[in-house]
Amino acid sequence: MKRFSSLAALTALLLTAAACGDDSISRSTDSVKPSDTTAETTGDTSGDTTAETTATGELPVAIISLSPTHTEMLFAIGAADQIIAVDDQSNFPAEALDKPHELSGFEPNVEAIAALKPDLVVIADDGADLTGQLGKLGIPVWSGPAPATFDDVYAQIEQLGAATGHIGEAAELVGQMQTDIDVAIAAAPVTTEPASFYHELDPTLYSVTSNTFIGQVYGLFGLVNLADGVEEGNDYPQLNAEFIIGANPDLIFLADSKCCGESPETVAARDGWGGTNAVINGKVIVVDDDIASRWGPRLVDFIQAVSIALAKAPAQA
Amino acid sequence: MSQVLVDQRASRRWWLPAALVLLVAAVVLGAMIGPAGGVSSANWNIIWNIRLPRVALAGLVGAMLSLAGASYQGVFRNPLVDPYLLGAAAGAGLGATLVFIYGRGSTVGWLVDPLPLAAFVGALLAVLVTYTVGASFGGSSLSLVLAGVAVAALATAVQQYLLLRNSDVIREVYSWISGRVSTATWNDVKLVLPYVIVCSVVLLVHRRHLDVFRVGDEEAATLGSQVRRVRLVVVIAATLGTAAVVSVSGLIGFVGIMVPHLVRLVAGSSYRLVLPLSIVVGAAFLILADIPGRILEQGSETPIGVVTALLGAPMFIFVLRSRRVTT
Repeated sequence: MKRFSSLAALTALLLTAAACGDDSISRSTDSVKPSDTTAETTGDTSGDTTAETTATGELPVAIISLSPTHTEMLFAIGAADQIIAVDDQSNFPAEALDKPHELSGFEPNVEAIAALKPDLVVIADDGADLTGQLGKLGIPVWSGPAPATFDDVYAQIEQLGAATGHIGEAAELVGQMQTDIDVAIAAAPVTTEPASFYHELDPTLYSVTSNTFIGQVYGLFGLVNLADGVEEGNDYPQLNAEFIIGANPDLIFLADSKCCGESPETVAARDGWGGTNAVINGKVIVVDDDIASRWGPRLVDFIQAVSIALAKAPAQA
Repeated sequence: MSQVLVDQRASRRWWLPAALVLLVAAVVLGAMIGPAGGVSSANWNIIWNIRLPRVALAGLVGAMLSLAGASYQGVFRNPLVDPYLLGAAAGAGLGATLVFIYGRGSTVGWLVDPLPLAAFVGALLAVLVTYTVGASFGGSSLSLVLAGVAVAALATAVQQYLLLRNSDVIREVYSWISGRVSTATWNDVKLVLPYVIVCSVVLLVHRRHLDVFRVGDEEAATLGSQVRRVRLVVVIAATLGTAAVVSVSGLIGFVGIMVPHLVRLVAGSSYRLVLPLSIVVGAAFLILADIPGRILEQGSETPIGVVTALLGAPMFIFVLRSRRVTT
C-alpha cells in the first residue's frame, strides 16, 4: 500500500507539473500568434492543400519557411513581410534573423509549426511527411527539393513568386541572376585543357557529382569533376583519400571551412596531399559553406567566387 | 508468516489498478502538453489530428515492446534479452533502408505505404532465418540467441553498406532508426492495433507457462510443459507484435528491457503479474517519454528513441544496483 500511495503522489505531481508547464507554453504561443484576421484567412483557405490554389485565391500572409535556401528566395523577391517565422538554419539575409527562428527544418515539430497558424509552409524536401501532417490541419505546404539544373532553380523562384504574389519580382530576379552568371562565366579565363577539381563537402571526403547543382556550377567553367562516375547512382559519394591524391586534382574547393575549420593550410598538412597540383600551385580555394550548398539567389555569388578563383590563378594545363 | 503472505496478495491486487491509474494520467498529460498549448476548442483540430495519434501510437508501441521484452526474457530465461534479440530490429532497419533508397519517390501514390510493410517483412525474415539457423544447432535458447546475434550483425552490415552508397537518404534512415511517433496518424494506429491485440492475447494466455520455464528447460518438460511448442508460439507472437509496431514507429530502444525489470522490481517476478503490468506500464512510460520530445526544444522534435534511452539507461543502472542489494 505504501508503494501505491507514493505512485499516486507521483501521478499528482506530474499532473501539477503539466498544468504549470501548459500555462507557460500557451503564453509563449500567444505572443507570436498572428492577428485574428489572419486566422480567418487561414480558415477560408483551409480546404485547399496546395500552394497553387492558395495563390489563385488569397495570397498567403503568414508564411513559415523551413528551408534556408527558400528563405533567401522569399526575401529576394520581396515577400519578407509575409513571412512570420523561419527555421533555425536560415541566417541570410540578416533581416531573416529578425523573424522568430526557433523552428527546426531537420526535426520539424508539427505542433509548433501549426501553433503559429501559418497559411503557407515552405520546405525543401519532405522527409518527415509535413505535407500530409499539415494537410490534415488545412495548412498548405510547398516543397522545393535540391535541384539538378539551374532551370529547376529558376522554376522554384518563379513558383514562389506566383505563390506569394511577387511574380514580377521573381521574373526580375531570375533575369538578373542569368545576366550575372553569364558575366561571371565570361570573366573566367579560357583554358585549352580542362582542369580537374575536387569539391569537398566535409573532412570525411564526401563530394558531389555533376548531377547536382553544385557540380553544374563547375561544369559552367568546363572543369572536370573527380567525383563523377565513382559510385554509379550516388551523387554524393564519399571519396577515398588515395583516390583523390592519385587523381591529382588541379583545384580543390573547400565547402567545409565554416563547419569544420578546413583551410588550404589544413589540406596541405594532410599526409600525402602536399604533392597534388592543387596544393603545389596554391589552388586550394575556400568557398562559403552556406553559399555553396544553397540554391537560392546567392548561387550567383558561388559562381562568381569560382570565376574569381580561376582568374586569380589560371588553371594549369 | 501467513499474515505476510496475505498482505503480499492484497498488495498485488492493487498493482494493476495502480498501473491503470498511471496510464490514464499519462494519456491525460499526453493530450494536454504540446507546443500548441493545452486542451481548448481552438486547439482541438491540432490535438485530435496531431497529438492524440501520437499518444495512441506511443501507448501501443510501449505496451507491445514491453510485453514482447518480458515474454522473450521468460522464454529465454535471460534478463538481458530485448524484443529485438532475434534480429527483428536489424531486419526491420534493412527493410526500411531499402525502401528509402529504391522506393520513396516512386511509391508516393501507393495505397499502402511500403515503408512499414518492408520493415515488417524485414523483421520477420530476419527472425525466420535466426530461428531456422538456431534450430539446426539444436534449438536451445543459447543457440537461438547466438544465431540472432549473427543475423543482426549481417543485416546491419548490409544496411550500412547500402547507406554509404546512398548517402542522400542517411538522414531519413537515421531519423527512422532513432524512432519516432511524431509523424503518427490515426491510420498508423489502425494498422498496428489488430497485431497488438492478437499478440497480447496469445502472450497473456501463455504467461503461466513462462513461470514454469523459470525452472529450466528439462525441468519444465518433466512438469508437462511442451517446451518447444510453447517457446515457438511465444517467440512468434512477440516477434510479430514487435515487427508490427517497429514498422510504424522505427526502433525505440530500451523500453523492452527496462519496463519488465521495473515491474519485476516492484511487483515480484511471477509472469502472471509481470506480463499484464508490463503492458500497462509500458504504454504509460512511452506516452510520458514522448512528451519531452515535443517541448524540450522550441520548435524542434527530439526523437523518442533518444529520450527513452536517456531515461532508460540510468533507470536500468538503478534497477541493477537495487537487485544486487536484494539478492
